[in-house]
Amino acid sequence: MGLVLNEEQRMLQRSAQEFFSARQPLKALRTLRDNQDATGFDRELWRAMAELGWAGILIPEAYGGAAFGYQGLGLILEEAGRSLAASPLISTALLGGPLILSAGSEAQKHAWLGAVAAGERVVALALDERSRHAPTSIATRAKSQGSGYVLKGSKVMVLDGHVADQLLVVARTSGADDAAQGLTIFVVDATARGITRTRLTLVDSRNAANVAFDNVEVAATAVLGMPDSGYAALAPVLDGARVGLAAEMLGSGLEAFERTLNYLKLRVQFGVPIGSFQALKHRAALMYCEIELTRSVVLEALTALDEQRGDVPQLASLAKAKACEMLELVSSEAIQLFGGIGMTDEEEIGFFIKRARVAQQTFGDAVFHRDRYATSMGF
Amino acid sequence: MSTLDSFRVATRAWLEANCPASMRTPMPEDERVWGGRQPSFKNPESKIWFERMVSRGWTVPTWPTAWGGGGLTTDEAQILNDEMTRLNCRTPLFGFGISMLGPVLLKYGTEAQKAEHLPPIARGEIRWCQGYSEPNAGSDLANLQTKAENRGDHFLVNGQKIWTSYAHLADWIFCLVRTDSAKHRGISFLLFDMRTAGVKTRPIALISGASVFCETFFDNVRVPTRNLVGQLNNGWQIAKELLQHERGMISQIGRAIGGTVPPVEVVAKQYLGDATGKISDPVLRDAVARQVMNDRAFELTIRRAGQESAAGAADGGASSMFKYYGTEQNKKKFELILKCAGTQALGWTGPDFTPDELTLCRTWLRSKGNSIEGGTSEIQLNVIAKRVLGLPD
Ligand SMILES: Cc1cc2nc3c(=O)[nH]c(=O)nc-3n(C[C@H](O)[C@H](O)[C@H](O)COP(=O)(O)OP(=O)(O)OC[C@H]3O[C@@H](n4cnc5c(N)ncnc54)[C@H](O)[C@@H]3O)c2cc1C
Repeated sequence: MGLVLNEEQRMLQRSAQEFFSARQPLKALRTLRDNQDATGFDRELWRAMAELGWAGILIPEAYGGAAFGYQGLGLILEEAGRSLAASPLISTALLGGPLILSAGSEAQKHAWLGAVAAGERVVALALDERSRHAPTSIATRAKSQGSGYVLKGSKVMVLDGHVADQLLVVARTSGADDAAQGLTIFVVDATARGITRTRLTLVDSRNAANVAFDNVEVAATAVLGMPDSGYAALAPVLDGARVGLAAEMLGSGLEAFERTLNYLKLRVQFGVPIGSFQALKHRAALMYCEIELTRSVVLEALTALDEQRGDVPQLASLAKAKACEMLELVSSEAIQLFGGIGMTDEEEIGFFIKRARVAQQTFGDAVFHRDRYATSMGF
Repeated sequence: MSTLDSFRVATRAWLEANCPASMRTPMPEDERVWGGRQPSFKNPESKIWFERMVSRGWTVPTWPTAWGGGGLTTDEAQILNDEMTRLNCRTPLFGFGISMLGPVLLKYGTEAQKAEHLPPIARGEIRWCQGYSEPNAGSDLANLQTKAENRGDHFLVNGQKIWTSYAHLADWIFCLVRTDSAKHRGISFLLFDMRTAGVKTRPIALISGASVFCETFFDNVRVPTRNLVGQLNNGWQIAKELLQHERGMISQIGRAIGGTVPPVEVVAKQYLGDATGKISDPVLRDAVARQVMNDRAFELTIRRAGQESAAGAADGGASSMFKYYGTEQNKKKFELILKCAGTQALGWTGPDFTPDELTLCRTWLRSKGNSIEGGTSEIQLNVIAKRVLGLPD
């Protein structure tokens, strides 16, 4: 059972702590933002992360990965969440690689996964088409033409879409616009003719793009796995991404909370530290409870993923919903408890609320996941 | 097969063979077994079940067998609990002796005190009550004024307690008394028989209509000195430890095996389910989802704390967090049930409401006490802020 870390996991956690605090502290994100960096993350550091095995952490050794599992990746993401580090961990390590692994043929896995694990390729998932997550509402069409297909449609919020080498495009080959059946995943070269990528500048200074497909011709070999049944391969990977994101959010929540707690002990008003005021103590205690609950559900969901348990979808919704609620609370309270300085760009606490809201919307917010949980419970 | 696996198999088999059918159904409040000198068994099968569990020491599974317990390790006790949950077996015996006094006697009691008091608790022969709160000592418990004068071979106790749950039905009391003027270092922990001359109880009616707690008066009550637990004036330490056990127990209230009220989603479906079973009101459906998800998260947190303490990484503030969160969750659950059932949950008596509906209403009202008894929610948040978060006074 994985509710308590073992020695190996604690070692991984320590090396992730050292990596992010030394090489990717929060001010690195500020620098990327202020320089309007074209990439949006540091490629050198991504290579270093790949050398540590993190790019291929979910990929089996046979395909060149480190096979440390979701529990391992969860620890790394939690630390990344503490410093709000921008990197292709989510787009590529959590989604792109695992989706090729889940959906791809043996030949496709051998063709792509080694390069993914080596950190040589950024692979982005082009899924959502609306401003709220709706993974089966897909109007992007793939019509067969000759021996291949032609893709037409547009995708939003493609994580790392602006720099991706390959796009994993979820397109409709049959069925109604909101059916889970009839979806096919294509591996498409991101620079293929007919693709227009528009980088988004988001409040969290992280990386995403809108991608339009205007009659993009792809070969039949671009189909990842089998046509029409892409969603079955995508669903477990998407759940993994929700849990991984929840782990990142747990880290961000913890960091914002600890910074706030520290401030409560240092800031003096009326001649005493503001943390001696009971109104603030209780708010801190409530946040603590929410963080503890979130940690429990994240650990349980990560464990369920590694054990490939049947309750993964339910736990993924539980983890993501709880992480969203917790982080919305903590990131908002943090600003209030910092007072005026919390509203300034100079004070780092504001970065947490910005990242929080984007992470909340990514792959379903609390409302989406409560609805999904209720459905899974039969009410 | 590991020894734990074979323990599980044997336990399951024994429970299946020995737990009577009606003991595997939800337990109405009035079928709870509290034991004591005049035990009452409303359902005859609860007596059979109680006696069988006593014979195994499984009313107090982890206590040493010498004191009437089951001698189980924490892992084995967890398995017993899992298997009882699986079969929906009722808890065979309730009591403050089991959940509060026993654990501190095991730690602080003399051998003579353990021998005198623990086996009767395990066998359900003596029912205990808790004499902590006083009219002017609630949250500020250490302000208690009930006096005990040391008269050599006995203490002379004078004063008043209040909110003493089931004092009118209890055989013995564990009682905090003042033996010195120093606020915290002048408190002692005494045990005495409620039949002792000078003890009087007066039941108080609750908003739920039941009368579970009392005013308790002591007028020149003589308590033998051997009934002092721990050192004189050192009772506060014991009192606080006992509160941790109490808080652990209260936080589980909504989750007790064989509880009387069905899960909130079941009630919601019963009153608001459409043909497919979906809760028809989307706002309430979202609220129910939030409730059951938080319940699940809380459950997992309790399990995690158990595993952490087994791994030696326990967190001292855990019991306050559980007391706070568990009781607030339980109150929210009843508020939600009330919203789902509408006016059908608001009947007090009479044939227009089913017995389950009448129970809903009373249990809802009783749940309001959960975040008061054993230290209020506000006090738990104070404890978390101070002990866990290190915020200044
Ligand atoms: C159903 C039930 C059963 C009980 N059974 C027993 C029993 O068997 N034995 C026993 O000894 N006692 C028992 N109690 C008593 C219980 O422990 C006390 O009621 C409780 O500790 C609160 O004390 P009080 O009632 O004096 O409230 P008060 O302490 O007067 O509190 C009133 C309000 O003020 C708040 N408050 C007080 N101090 C603070 C503070 N420092 N910071 C913030 N807010 C504060 C409280 O949270 C509460 O909201 C029982 C109570 C109930 C409801």
